[in-house]
Amino acid sequence: MGYAEFSLSGSKSLLMSKISSINDFVIKFANVNGSGSASANQTFAKGVFRSGIPVSPKNIFPSNIQGLPTWFEVRVNEKGYLGRREGIDIAVAMNPQSYRQDVADLKQGGYLIYDSSWKRDFGRDDINIIEIPLTKLCVQEFSNPKQRLLFKNLGYVGLLASILEMDKEIYIVLIEEQFKGKEKLIEPNVKALNIGYKYAEDNFKEFCEIKVKNSNKTEGLILTSGNDAAGLGCVYGGATVCAWYPITPSTSLAESFDKYSEKFRVEVGTDKNKYAFIQAEDELAAMGMTIGANWNGARAFTATSGPGVSLMSEFIGLAYFAEVPAVLFNVQRGGPSTGMPTRTQQSDLLSCAYASHGDTKHIMLIPSDPKECFEFAVEAFDLAERYQTPVIVLLDLDLGMNDWSSKEFQWNDLKEYDRGKVLSKEDLDEIEEFGRYLDVDGDGVPYRTYPGTHPQKGAYFTRGTSHDEYARYTEDGAKNAEVLSRLTKKFQTASSTVPAPIFNQEASTSSIGVIYFGSTDCSMQEALDNLKDQNIDIDAMRIRSFPFNLEVWEFIEEHDLLFIIEQNRDGQMRTLLMAEGGIIPDKLVSILCFDGQPITASFITNKINAHISGIPSVAAS
Amino acid sequence: MTYIVKPKNHHPLLERNELGLTRRDYEGAVSTLCAGCGHDSISSAIVEACFQLSIESYKVAKLSGIGCSSKAPAYFLNQSHGFNSVHGRMPSVATGAAMANHELLYLGVSGDGDSASIGIGQFIHCARRQVNMTYIVENNGTYGLTKGQFSATNDLESKSKYGDDNLFPSIDLPSMAIQLGASFVARGFSGDKDQLVPLLKAAIAHKGFSFLDIISPCVTFNNHNTSTKSYDYIREHNDSLAKPDFVPLGKEITANYEEGSSIEVPLHDGSLLSLEKLSEDYDPQDKISAIKSIQESQRDNKVTTGLLYVNPDAKDLKEILNVSDTPLNAMGSKDLCPGSEELSKINLSLK
Repeated sequence: MGYAEFSLSGSKSLLMSKISSINDFVIKFANVNGSGSASANQTFAKGVFRSGIPVSPKNIFPSNIQGLPTWFEVRVNEKGYLGRREGIDIAVAMNPQSYRQDVADLKQGGYLIYDSSWKRDFGRDDINIIEIPLTKLCVQEFSNPKQRLLFKNLGYVGLLASILEMDKEIYIVLIEEQFKGKEKLIEPNVKALNIGYKYAEDNFKEFCEIKVKNSNKTEGLILTSGNDAAGLGCVYGGATVCAWYPITPSTSLAESFDKYSEKFRVEVGTDKNKYAFIQAEDELAAMGMTIGANWNGARAFTATSGPGVSLMSEFIGLAYFAEVPAVLFNVQRGGPSTGMPTRTQQSDLLSCAYASHGDTKHIMLIPSDPKECFEFAVEAFDLAERYQTPVIVLLDLDLGMNDWSSKEFQWNDLKEYDRGKVLSKEDLDEIEEFGRYLDVDGDGVPYRTYPGTHPQKGAYFTRGTSHDEYARYTEDGAKNAEVLSRLTKKFQTASSTVPAPIFNQEASTSSIGVIYFGSTDCSMQEALDNLKDQNIDIDAMRIRSFPFNLEVWEFIEEHDLLFIIEQNRDGQMRTLLMAEGGIIPDKLVSILCFDGQPITASFITNKINAHISGIPSVAAS
Repeated sequence: MTYIVKPKNHHPLLERNELGLTRRDYEGAVSTLCAGCGHDSISSAIVEACFQLSIESYKVAKLSGIGCSSKAPAYFLNQSHGFNSVHGRMPSVATGAAMANHELLYLGVSGDGDSASIGIGQFIHCARRQVNMTYIVENNGTYGLTKGQFSATNDLESKSKYGDDNLFPSIDLPSMAIQLGASFVARGFSGDKDQLVPLLKAAIAHKGFSFLDIISPCVTFNNHNTSTKSYDYIREHNDSLAKPDFVPLGKEITANYEEGSSIEVPLHDGSLLSLEKLSEDYDPQDKISAIKSIQESQRDNKVTTGLLYVNPDAKDLKEILNVSDTPLNAMGSKDLCPGSEELSKINLSLK
């Protein structure tokens, strides 16, 4: 790390020390929500990304439209560590409401940028203050009251470009791209950028010891969010119906599907849509439409968050039992109940794995970055149709709504969709007797027909009531038990084809293992490197799906002690592993972060260290 | 097992329709509803309507929720796919299905518990979205399967079989449907097949959301002399607005009406709905007069039946959303996937 180390003696001579680093810092913007700051903050992050350094911007926003404090945290890290990191190096404090907290969060030797149109004493002499009278400058330069407010945002971006010694041209290009087609807006925006830039050049030249230096670490990377990627994946995966109900943090996933469909799914010649995008009246209807469309042979999905899954649960059970494909994205937020709608958690694992009353189990896919969100969206439709069952893709707010420096999307043009076991008219002609729920192949997966396929054959009654192999209503308990057992068999069949776990090592070498999943990935990689630096070698496995594959059980078998890293209170993955694999509880140690903020590497490292130091024999290994 | 397969023995002289099919070909499994249930009469009216229209059963999807009414789709159109969904949620399943393939005919069968209580939200939004389907409520004013509780369509003055008072006013689904923008709204009576069959035929031919509220007495729980949904009560209080006749495309009008007493409504597929007026100021294309007629009948303790409202030119959901004429479920990766070249461009745009 490139930080100037501080002695903790607190001697006065160190008070004016400055954090110094190149391409490795955390900057936090404090704004008022609804003031147009988000776009400027994103522009800042993108400028750093274009300078060749991976960034992980995180929007920390209230469940509110206008007037409340909102923050935007950007971690800049040349090594590509993209998890959240504690401690703020630079604070851009634009909201007097939150000054107290923003100043307190700043590390010793950090930099505080604030609007000095109204001067302040912040009561800390161990930080470096960069004053810029943004309001005064904007009032001088712009006459339109809206612009006077809005352009303060680009003003501080300009200032940052100067003090971090960035190439200002990058930001001018970004502004030009942003206002392509609205060229009139380019000039005042560039002017705003220059106001801040020039002020800093005149007043704070070489003041800041944190620098952004052009690099090449973003080759092969894109900057995008999980929701945007998943919506695009639905387009590539052949989804034609999206039924959804607005809920944070999943809304932008549905909107992404609509955005890309408008671009790619308009029929040449007729201008008609090769998709239907329906905002339902509630989550129940959204799920009902998804099931109805899938039943009828279209690939359909819905996107929601935890409360929506609760509402959809009855329908999820119907799709499970009647064996109708369905794809559901759950972008998890802080629970329980309405919880923290704008904060992140991984706390819906259990409510999704066993959603609905009665004996039910569902396939879950858990991506860890936007590229995987794209891929798993495609995969979800194949799996749903292959196994004729709901597939739930679990993102979380951090992954879904924030931009990530992710590997580029890839597509193989030879890919054919796996539509599963669907009988055509010709197939039906050759079959003597069609039984919707007959286990013809012995893998627990029956054959289905779309309505309207054959004039005499293949019709059946889809129902959530107990039924026999021919889809006929039955109250014969043994028959119903047969169907339930076959569903278990089908689930077992699925366990070998759902995405396998990712291992950090070719073969296990340590007696300690760590299991993690989803958006924890980036902080986990950093934590593992930190532990390695301390000579603690731990094997690591990232679970990507449920049902658990054989490799998951083998990994657990190979280790004496396993840490399960989760962003929930109850250790839901641990519970799931114990319930499904009969694992001895003592072997699985939970490390849990559930304060709604993305988990950090130091949190994981500290917890593992603390546990290991209590077990000398393990620490020595 | 409670599923009974009906034996198929066709008499050679049975009447056949244009497809060469008999009425028996449109039947379903043997009903397990109570003997005399109005729902069975509706099933047979559906069989008759589909027979007369020479509908290909396999091009029909019949969907329902939960309740006695929702069992009914098993008792007609054996060659159609059926979907018995969850309580009150048939409308959303039908909406999704209709989006996936607009070429099938969608018959939704629901009840008053299903559509006026647990699923009223879905009913409302299905109507306002103009899903192209025929939505039938088999309305008996009671919860039959759970043994006789009042439903939300039961009239205030109606008492239960056990003498309990109904404490809350009834919900009139046809009035709601008209207000919500449904483009075909009618009320029928399971005991009046002459009126019901032409109404069903017109509802099926109509493009857009066709809503049919069919009073269908529950012989077990709501057919007593203090019920307003009993056979006797409806027969005595039936206020038929018009005598409907449905004329399919290319067929001659055979009914003989006195001059000035009939109204003709051409439907989008070229067929004709012709109505003999039984009331002076009846205009089925005027929403306000339709709602007025219903309200006046209610005031006079009568039950308005017949075609209440129709707008043959309304757009259906597929048109509103500008969805392709090729069914979405018939599209493959070639139609749907933008491919790797476009993905490279997207990658570039995210740099």
